[in-house]
Amino acid sequence: MSEELLKVSNISISFIQYGSGLKQNILDVISDLTLDISQGEIVAVLGSSGSGKSLLAHGILGILPSNANLSGTMHYRGEPLNQNLKEKLRGDEIALIPQSVKFLDPLMKISEQAIGDCTEEEKEEKKAIQREVFEKYGLSKEVDDMYPFQLSGGMARRVLVSTALLSNPKLVIADEPTPGLDERSIKETLNHLRQMANDNVGVLLITHDINAALEVADKIAIFYAGYVIEIANSSDFTGDGEKLIHPYTKALYHALPQNDFKLTEGHQPLHDELLKYCPYFERCEHPTDICHETIPKLIDIGDKKIRCNRANEFKTGEF
Amino acid sequence: MILKGENISFKYPSSDNYLIKDLNISLKSSEIKGLVGDSGSGKSTLCKILAGFKKSEGEVIIDGVKKTKKNIFNPVQLIFQHPELTMNPKWKMKDVLKESWDVDHDLIKEFGIQESWLNRWPNELSGGELQRFAVLRALSPKTKFLICDEITTMLDAVTQVQIWELVTKIAKERNIGLLVVSHDKDLVKRICDDVIYLEEINNN
Repeated sequence: MSEELLKVSNISISFIQYGSGLKQNILDVISDLTLDISQGEIVAVLGSSGSGKSLLAHGILGILPSNANLSGTMHYRGEPLNQNLKEKLRGDEIALIPQSVKFLDPLMKISEQAIGDCTEEEKEEKKAIQREVFEKYGLSKEVDDMYPFQLSGGMARRVLVSTALLSNPKLVIADEPTPGLDERSIKETLNHLRQMANDNVGVLLITHDINAALEVADKIAIFYAGYVIEIANSSDFTGDGEKLIHPYTKALYHALPQNDFKLTEGHQPLHDELLKYCPYFERCEHPTDICHETIPKLIDIGDKKIRCNRANEFKTGEF
Repeated sequence: MILKGENISFKYPSSDNYLIKDLNISLKSSEIKGLVGDSGSGKSTLCKILAGFKKSEGEVIIDGVKKTKKNIFNPVQLIFQHPELTMNPKWKMKDVLKESWDVDHDLIKEFGIQESWLNRWPNELSGGELQRFAVLRALSPKTKFLICDEITTMLDAVTQVQIWELVTKIAKERNIGLLVVSHDKDLVKRICDDVIYLEEINNN
């Protein structure tokens, strides 16, 4: 059995914003999120852009802005993951593959910024490791002395991936690694993630691209209005979607152009609409009274997790 | 009506190579045509040329007439991938929506735009909600052609279906010609009558 790396339990992230005048608004971006990642496993967090899923990455790394409020608990290999531990682990055992090439320093040579700050003695050894990892990702020696503007999009992507791997991390967080790339580069990026998982690294893939998630992830956590409403296995997204449980997950599966392109009416609640009941209530075809009274908890069903009062009925296909 | 791009060529001033060379493309009223290409292949550049936002060699002709007049409503409207970048952050959504035409009430409802969203600022709505506004804003009765440049790429699959149902329905009702630009071949196959590949019509 592979070791559990990260365990996130009931995390909520909210922001305090100033409205008109001195009125403060609280914005719940992530609510009651529970998730775990083991070694060699790829877990995708799937949500529409702007849904705040990147903040999960920032929460794990301890780089949330000061007006953000984080509650709930996180454990890393059994140890409570507090701010001190986060600062110790980030860039070392936990690495981030950032969203875009804009995260590179335009004025530093590639190899210098990949190695980062170190003493003269360490430099040679680090340089050798950097060269080795870069080689593995098809980056030739010339790249070391280049500046970011000299890289093509695909090369830059490989630089970000291999830089994240320099510290030999156990957990990699990939924040939207695919948008703006063509099919070939997407495939390449996803292959890199697979390669990491095969080397026993745990990968948290944050994405809005369901095709990318389905192709590479083992588990997919589906975000809806700040709530994870289902954590399903990628292999459940098959056939007529009969293995999927939550009605939104089913709608999502059937809406794919390669499936039925089926229309589902309605929209997600806005971030600042404080919900007192099931976030999917207004769109659900089978709501009950209880669905309008409380927010359902994320419960375990078999090897999956579902946030639905009627999960068991949905599961047995009663509807 | 027919929108034609004839012998379109484009290169960046800093480059020696043409991004687009001697390209010909046409779009008829009520036709839904897909355009597929890799990123960086010049899809968005071509969109901007056809909509008259970018100068190029060659000619863009609408119904046999070369577009020359400025400051009149452009019958070729362009919708972008990122709606949030096309909206004034200091305008409320109701002002954003009515920027180009006096949108009627029924249509707002049909688009699933909630009354309460109209008093919101752009940064308070998600990409899917903003894109509904962007599409509706572009659908003035004077719009004859609509160029959709990856308009649902950043959206979830459910919202993607909603947006395309609306766009194709209205395009059919009003005989609007639609150019659907996307890298998603399944999507293009799903909604278009005809698909063209940029690399096949580009002679660079």
